[in-house]
Amino acid sequence: MMPWNRNNRPKPEPPVELLTPQALIGLLAALVLAVGPHARELPVWLTALFAAVAGWRGFIVIRNQALPPRWLLLILATLAGAGVLLEYRTLLGREAGVALLTAMTACKLLETRSLRDGVVLVFLGYLLVMSNLLHSQDIPMVAYLLVVIVAMLAAQVMIHRQHAGLTALAPLWLAGRMLLLAIPVMLILFVLFPRIPGPLWGLPKDAHEGRTGLSEEMAPGTISALGQSDEVAFRVRFTSAIPPPNQRYWRGPVLWNFDGRRWTRIEELPSNVPAPFTPEGAAVEYTVILEPSNRRWLLALDLPASLPPRTSMTASFQLLRNQPVNEVYRYEMRSYPHYRTGDLTAAERTHGLQLPSRTNPRTRTLAAAWRQRDAQPEALVNTALALFREQAFYYTLTPPLLMSRDSVDDFLFRTRQGFCEHYASAFVFLMRAAGVPARVVTGYQGGERNELGGYFIIRQADAHAWAEVWLEGRGWVRIDPTAAVAPSRIQEGLYAALPDSGALPFLLRRGGNSEWLRQLALSWDSFNIVWNEWVLAYGPDRQKEFLSGLGFGAVDWGEMTVAMITALSGLGLAYAALRWRRRYARDPVVRAWQRFCVRLARRGLVREADEGPLAFVERVTHCRPDLAQPAGEIGRLYAALRYGPTISPAAVRQLQQLVRRFRA
Amino acid sequence: MATVLEDRLDLAIRQVGSTILGKEHAIRLALSCLLARGHLLIEDLPGMGKTTLAHALARCLGLHYQRIQFTSDLLPADILGAAVYERQRETFVFHPGPIFAQLILADEINRATPKTQSALLEAMEEGQVTIEGETRKLPDPFFVIATQNPAYQIGTFPLPESQLDRFLMRIQLGYPNAQAERLLLEGEDRREVLARLPACLTPAQLHEAQARVTGIHAASPLLDYIQALLTFSRQSSHFRGGLSPRAGLALLRAARAWALLHRRSHVLPEDVQTVLPAVVGHRLHPSEDHLEQSTSHLVERLRAGVALPL
Repeated sequence: MMPWNRNNRPKPEPPVELLTPQALIGLLAALVLAVGPHARELPVWLTALFAAVAGWRGFIVIRNQALPPRWLLLILATLAGAGVLLEYRTLLGREAGVALLTAMTACKLLETRSLRDGVVLVFLGYLLVMSNLLHSQDIPMVAYLLVVIVAMLAAQVMIHRQHAGLTALAPLWLAGRMLLLAIPVMLILFVLFPRIPGPLWGLPKDAHEGRTGLSEEMAPGTISALGQSDEVAFRVRFTSAIPPPNQRYWRGPVLWNFDGRRWTRIEELPSNVPAPFTPEGAAVEYTVILEPSNRRWLLALDLPASLPPRTSMTASFQLLRNQPVNEVYRYEMRSYPHYRTGDLTAAERTHGLQLPSRTNPRTRTLAAAWRQRDAQPEALVNTALALFREQAFYYTLTPPLLMSRDSVDDFLFRTRQGFCEHYASAFVFLMRAAGVPARVVTGYQGGERNELGGYFIIRQADAHAWAEVWLEGRGWVRIDPTAAVAPSRIQEGLYAALPDSGALPFLLRRGGNSEWLRQLALSWDSFNIVWNEWVLAYGPDRQKEFLSGLGFGAVDWGEMTVAMITALSGLGLAYAALRWRRRYARDPVVRAWQRFCVRLARRGLVREADEGPLAFVERVTHCRPDLAQPAGEIGRLYAALRYGPTISPAAVRQLQQLVRRFRA
Repeated sequence: MATVLEDRLDLAIRQVGSTILGKEHAIRLALSCLLARGHLLIEDLPGMGKTTLAHALARCLGLHYQRIQFTSDLLPADILGAAVYERQRETFVFHPGPIFAQLILADEINRATPKTQSALLEAMEEGQVTIEGETRKLPDPFFVIATQNPAYQIGTFPLPESQLDRFLMRIQLGYPNAQAERLLLEGEDRREVLARLPACLTPAQLHEAQARVTGIHAASPLLDYIQALLTFSRQSSHFRGGLSPRAGLALLRAARAWALLHRRSHVLPEDVQTVLPAVVGHRLHPSEDHLEQSTSHLVERLRAGVALPL
């Protein structure tokens, strides 16, 4: 009856399946997109090499030419590897690793001809896509990488289905749909995958290099170098009243030790409870979203009274996290702008009076003279501030270099031009020489309000250094000598204080022609803070907070794993249920037929998509002669009902009954 | 009455089958082609029984039959006929050519020049011929069974695509199996068998059968399936240009005739799949990337690429 020969199927493909030109071109395009952003970090020769090889491979496939011989490839690979080694002196680490990956991908391109090679290249491509995140995780980059992932997926689809006769846009469609379908899984993994503090696996040593920011020591020029940078250091959202500018001192490293030129930290034993002090007045509550700094210390308003998780505090009120901040980090803080600290320990007194011996003799002489006039610490402070205020001191980003050992002498008596670090350094030196315990505090001061988002942006240019002196009965008191020289720096920011502000990056300037552009940048920034708070800063603490906000209470990582697996299984079940419902059509005739097919499929007799009812039943009869009678009846009835001219309800019922009784 | 007709058709198949041994599928295809009012192209090597099949069909259907052997020096007038001056009557009298028959066997059609081929093909399309300004109707029914050697045989003028399209089906006979061949060797001369064949259908019955074909029901899911086949042939990269609407109509007509031969009042997807190689085989062309693929491979791609609509 059915003369069609089912064995007449196409022969299996030959063992080495070659890539079609379309698949290869698609793959090339996706790889070029993936390497694109790396061009900013890669050496020029490597970018050029990759572009040339990609172009060459494209030319070969379009002109249908032969691939280069093996020996040439070997030479190229060796040279490229050696080039990377020469460039970075290593093959490990972020920069060298990415360079090596790029070079070897280029070489692999030149020997790619089979489907297997194509698959290898696709996975190299995903690795290249991911490595882009080591350099930047901001919104444009992530959006771009999503596009690249779609392209890479499309290339993968083209490789695996190259003989399916897909049209040009079909793989892109399919890839896009796959990405959309993956979103629920991605969200579940993002929210519920247990976050552990620190990286899950070892990252290369240099993975977080190249960040600008406040360092842990201060020499003339270290902070003024930051004055040029409009990079964001951190953002702050106040939940209580916003303190005035002259109280917005963001405390960073406290520097005790002076060697005549350089101020450095001393080892202080951190404690896991906040250092004690007596608050006076109301607290300020706020949230800090810190950009990666590759440092351990966190910033907080003077004086911090709370501790974020896994953070400790030194006696000088520095916050130290137990590992460097390599990701966007969000923490909540409480501070008291008005305070009174306690007594001075013997060690603190020693450190607070330490001075390098036999340096800056003129400054010492001056301090000694002041002390003889009036030994009261308050009087000494006022005398020093008066000196800065009344003498011809200038506030500038580009002061003359102070190279001698007696840098304080040079500054106070000769150049008299300086930035905050010069004033803080000279002031603390003067106080110590006059016998008042003093220290340098570095951090940031001020910040710009983003009206759109209602938060403050503190940029690297807001980096600042000031002084603290210890006064009997009041404890440590903040004195900012820069305020004496350039009060507008404190009240209005760097822009207002600098006469030559035209040299500043435009984000730091105010008014003028580029003001609209600056406003635009601020709008973009208010969008960014959401990304930073909810995506990049979604670390272990944020995750716990979020989950307890959802009513999960305190969850540990084990419970989180269970929740994640449950959610993923739930998703899978929901999808299966959807498929299950969709499996049966609405038409009762078709539904009965599908039931029949499902029953047979369980016995291994699967109807092929292009197999008609009679052909299928004939095959069933051939494999299972015992089913010939019922199956034949069902097949004939279904064919007549489905393709015949009339449908009688009685016949439909008969078909349903036959299927119900059918046992395979 | 209905069963009478179908019995007659079965009888015709059996009788043709007694001449061409072991080729029942090809015979059924050929018969459904004729019932669907289509012309048939048989492509095979010499000596495979092409002519015998055509001859047997003509006899069984009781049709007036003419055979034209195509050669490279055959002229259009040799097919169509010509006006000849008769001295007694002092006028030109038209002497009809062999084309004025109900069934034409155009043997080895690809041996003739394109000019002669087109004379025949025009008659096939129009059902009439125009000779020296006068249009003459061809008899009804009018069938052409053309045979041709595979194009790789030297000295042939292959039919262009547009003319291949005039044939509803193209079938191959192929070698007989061992059993059939043994019977052939043992049995009597085929020509004698042929000469004895009685006509199984009257002209009225043939007309009725052709009318019944158009009445075979094609349900909406079946039309969906045919449309899906056409769409796939147009979208897939395996084919250069898809199937034309005419190919779709041909597929449906052939499937209807096939269903009639199998005593069904409606077309099943299996009918479409069975006639598919014969109907679309000469209408599908591989795209440039798949030039190496044979015709049967291509048809299989088409068939396997389209799921039955559920």
